[in-house]
Amino acid sequence: MIEARLYLLQRGSAILLAPLVLIHLGLILYAIGDGLSAAEILERTRGNLGWAAFYGLFVLAVAVHAPIGLRNLAREWLAWRGRSVDATTLAFGLVLLALGLRAVWAVIGVGAGDGA
Amino acid sequence: MTDETLTVEIWRGKDTGRFETYQVPHRKSQTILDVVTWIQRNREPALAYRFACRVGMCGSCAMTVNGRPRWTCRTHVSKIVGSGGVRIEPLRNLPRIKDLVTDMTPFFEKWQAARGRFEPSATRSEPMASIPSDDPERRIVDAGIECINCGVCHAACDVVTWNPDYVGPAALNRAWTLANDQRDGDRAGVLKAVSEVGGCHACHTHGSCVEHCPVGLNPTAGIAGLKRMTLSALLKGSLS
Amino acid sequence: MIRRAQRHLGFFAALGHRLSGLFLALFLPAHFLVLGLALEGDAALEGAIRWSDQPLVKMAEWGLVVLLTLHLSFGLRVLVLEFMPWRDSRKAMIGLGAAASLVVGLLFLFNLG
Repeated sequence: MIEARLYLLQRGSAILLAPLVLIHLGLILYAIGDGLSAAEILERTRGNLGWAAFYGLFVLAVAVHAPIGLRNLAREWLAWRGRSVDATTLAFGLVLLALGLRAVWAVIGVGAGDGA
Repeated sequence: MTDETLTVEIWRGKDTGRFETYQVPHRKSQTILDVVTWIQRNREPALAYRFACRVGMCGSCAMTVNGRPRWTCRTHVSKIVGSGGVRIEPLRNLPRIKDLVTDMTPFFEKWQAARGRFEPSATRSEPMASIPSDDPERRIVDAGIECINCGVCHAACDVVTWNPDYVGPAALNRAWTLANDQRDGDRAGVLKAVSEVGGCHACHTHGSCVEHCPVGLNPTAGIAGLKRMTLSALLKGSLS
Repeated sequence: MIRRAQRHLGFFAALGHRLSGLFLALFLPAHFLVLGLALEGDAALEGAIRWSDQPLVKMAEWGLVVLLTLHLSFGLRVLVLEFMPWRDSRKAMIGLGAAASLVVGLLFLFNLG
């Protein structure tokens, strides 16, 4: 049952991530086309709620998707099983979520300009 | 062809042991099982191996031949031997007993764990269920039903190696045929059983079972079907 | 060590999928921390981006983009195999499709690089 739930979360987040990753890749290629600069990135992102929603959703999906994959890997390749691996990968997911949302806030947050 | 000899290495022992080398006359249309039998009869009377029907029906003679799990009675030597020799070992992913014989107990215990057994919905005094052979569900069952329980897919599967809970492709293929069998009295029970730890969701779709199945079954497709069925049961709340 | 029984398309696709996922998961916290530098002002983020102009870091970034494309391609392979009706003959095609999308991704990068 728990495995079926994790499977649902893993594949559900994957289906969500597929188009998000495609757009993200497109954006990367577009952005590096004429060199990367903080000003250019922040000009595009700052205060843009569309990008905030896009990357907020991206971070959420990744924070679900990555820990489940790592849990499988730890159980199968490291023979690390039981509650400790569940707790560790869950904690990793929460760290990803926190750092990711912080990053979204940093590049999009309206009040976070120079010297803020 | 009959003048040639084959160099054959065979595993002797249990978990610890060694490869013994034998020179075996190469004959036309010779199978790997023929080779093993020749060695047992002419060179190594104590060699332990398992076979019964010799025609690919009973599923008891599977061994690892040059690194791949195969049914030895239907594997021709000429197909295996390129320039090198033949190396024969017991099947992987199963406890060894002696020489080429593995203990199949865990394999069949996992069939039971996946509820890979028919639960009748009618008694013998009732009329036989009439299911047309072109019924879509019956076609699915027919596509997976010819498994001979040889254990080749179980030995080929990486997830069986990595995850001791995983019931493996053969057990799940059987569960898949039962989940589609209209005569089965507890199809929901099959879905519950394969949703436990080590059930269908542990499969990573490597497809090694499909690559190696000697009778051409496709357990990966069946396991994917179980994943879809259990997912829809989970969403409907009927899995708990 | 890759055993003989593992030498087929599906195994390599799954291996590539898993390893690319592992590297991406390890990279993500660093990626988020660098973007978080914008909280300390544009200059801090700009500093990190200029640091990343070094050839070695640039190459690592290029590697990450390739890994992301790879993980996406092989992930789509899994989704197709699990959720779409398919027959035996289509398995190779799906593997080839994944490889093709990877090649397209690489070409794209070379063009821009």
